[in-house]
Amino acid sequence: MTSRKGVTRVTEQTDRTLTVRALARVEGEGAMHVRVRDGAVEDVRLEIYEPPRFFEALLRGRRHTEPPDITARICGICPVAYQMSACLAIEAACGIEVTDAVADLRRLLYCGEWIESHALHIYLLHAPDFLGYASALDLAREGRGLVERGLALKKAGNAIMELVGGRAVHPVNVRVGGFYRAPAKTEMAALAEQLRGALDLALDTVTWAAGFEFPDFRHDHEMLALVTPGQYAIERGTVASTGGLAFAPAQFEDYVIEEQVPHSTALHARLAGRGRYLTGPTARYTLSGQWLSPLARQAADAAGLGAECRNPFRSILVRAVEVVYAVEEALRLIDRYEPPAPCYLEVPPRAAVGHGATEAPRGVLFHRYAIDAEGLVTSARIVPPTSQNQASIEDDLRRFVAGRLDLDDRELTRQCEQAIRNYDPCISCSTNFLDLTVDRG
Amino acid sequence: MTGAPTLAVWKFASCDGCQLTLLDCEDELLAIADRVDIAHFTEASSRSQPGPYDVSLVEGSVTTAADAERIRRVRAMSRTLVTIGACASAGGVQALRNFADVREFASVVYARPDYISALATSTPVAAHVDVDFELRGCPVDRRQLLEVLTALLAGRKPNIPAHSVCFECKQRAVVCVAVARGTPCLGPVTHAGCGALCPAHQRGCYGCFGPAETPNAGAQAGLLRAAGLSEADVLRAYRTFNAGAPAFIELSRVTDGPPPGSGPRDLPERGDQGD
Repeated sequence: MTSRKGVTRVTEQTDRTLTVRALARVEGEGAMHVRVRDGAVEDVRLEIYEPPRFFEALLRGRRHTEPPDITARICGICPVAYQMSACLAIEAACGIEVTDAVADLRRLLYCGEWIESHALHIYLLHAPDFLGYASALDLAREGRGLVERGLALKKAGNAIMELVGGRAVHPVNVRVGGFYRAPAKTEMAALAEQLRGALDLALDTVTWAAGFEFPDFRHDHEMLALVTPGQYAIERGTVASTGGLAFAPAQFEDYVIEEQVPHSTALHARLAGRGRYLTGPTARYTLSGQWLSPLARQAADAAGLGAECRNPFRSILVRAVEVVYAVEEALRLIDRYEPPAPCYLEVPPRAAVGHGATEAPRGVLFHRYAIDAEGLVTSARIVPPTSQNQASIEDDLRRFVAGRLDLDDRELTRQCEQAIRNYDPCISCSTNFLDLTVDRG
Repeated sequence: MTGAPTLAVWKFASCDGCQLTLLDCEDELLAIADRVDIAHFTEASSRSQPGPYDVSLVEGSVTTAADAERIRRVRAMSRTLVTIGACASAGGVQALRNFADVREFASVVYARPDYISALATSTPVAAHVDVDFELRGCPVDRRQLLEVLTALLAGRKPNIPAHSVCFECKQRAVVCVAVARGTPCLGPVTHAGCGALCPAHQRGCYGCFGPAETPNAGAQAGLLRAAGLSEADVLRAYRTFNAGAPAFIELSRVTDGPPPGSGPRDLPERGDQGD
């Protein structure tokens, strides 16, 4: 618990290297490298060495009905995000818009993924940093009830995934145009019962996390998220940024440029003519916070979150608030649920290009597909949140390390790892991530 | 914790979904941690104890030269090695490169493919080292994963049936989507374990658990063609999450067969109808 105890101050050492070879408690494989020369941070690199799997290449020649199932396999933690962005893109190409009832059922499924993914990150990946444990399993030896609460919350998210999606990892019930099967109202009633219990757990999570000690740190990145005025954006929206950008998902590639860097199998995204930016929970909160439900808004205010969140360490609070919102929103959707009939629309193919963007737990996830008249995919482009955030994460680390060069390597490395986990980086998604080295010469 | 068996979890090329399935055992995870010393599990813990380990769970396929070396080190450190999921057991969806040119694939995704180091193929763990048990699925099934862990703790063989998804439909009293609705279904040739999830959702099985024992290639091809699939569709059906599984490669070469109901019981010369 006493992470600051026994820290050796390093004052005389002006050149050094810090390395984390395998970042723990992140999804996927990455490393971090920090080089310090003459007492100044010379270089910070997130190295993504997760082996590339070439999804954009292997999607070519597949039927236009297949990308939701195939791209789900990019990430076991946020498969619904991939399925939803893929469906939107293909439906846009084919000129189909799903019914409101299907859109609502998609939003419900997506709430399940937000709850499951956020609860996993808050309790199993991130909270151990604030409490000084190597893992939630170590935390459970002293605070079993806490971890049990997190697991119960996560289970509620998975219950939505299993009922609406058919499976917690790689749901089978999603199809282009809708769902294979609409859950019965009686099944929804049982789910609502579980979610009412989860709402208390979610509120307790915000209160608990609000008591953590947050390092003083502020970034000035442009933040980018989907917005749906009047509603907290999840399964659809237009793109907006704190810098005043506003554009449709179909224009995404006019505004966002991906570049390859030698040290990473993830491409780095930048806003054309503007530079790095940040997507994810804090961006959503900053751009859509006024559209949270009253209870989630109240929880955010009580936790001390203002109108915006620019301290990445406080992202755990934003995730906790989003869990409150997602549970409430799921309950609202279930309350007015009538099984959609039909539960899907046929989506005949046509030669066209379609774009889709949704809010994955980690931020905006963009897909673009070109399909031919036979319904075969001729090209695919996927821009996951973590590759969009990579430049901002590196910039934050550079400034974070520069302010803490008096710490010894072990403590500095530990704090850098925590700083990286603030972003809940999904390396499997970005393939395209992280080993921490600090090179002090 | 002293004396508890040690467990290590490893990741190769994969989506994290099978490791996540272990963390998805919300009701059992803490009880497992009471019985087992989770000594290495990078996704869940920043503390890693050095090997050897009693049990290693391996997720992901081998797609880089460095990983081909790493899997040997994992094997050498592990008393029992269990692969979890379609990537580790059959190469995963990334094995679609095995039927293409990996350099061309890299050039589609990356402006500088020369920065990318990847093997020409995605191969299962068993292509590199001895594997003690392969658990199928994309992703693995939570109950089956618990069964494997329980069996290993008890020192017995895991009870994982190798029959087809058809058996699970019958067990769940799910109406056959192929017969009743003419839906293309890989259930007859696909390994059980999911609990017939897709047919229970009124869609055809898409084979994410890989091949069942002794699949009937001709009959399956006939069923798929009768359901309206083209030859190219039949090929695509087998080339998804278990594309590298030898039995699926064999099945994908048989793209046509007799329509359902034409044999062998309906034919006069039963003896000729073997496959």
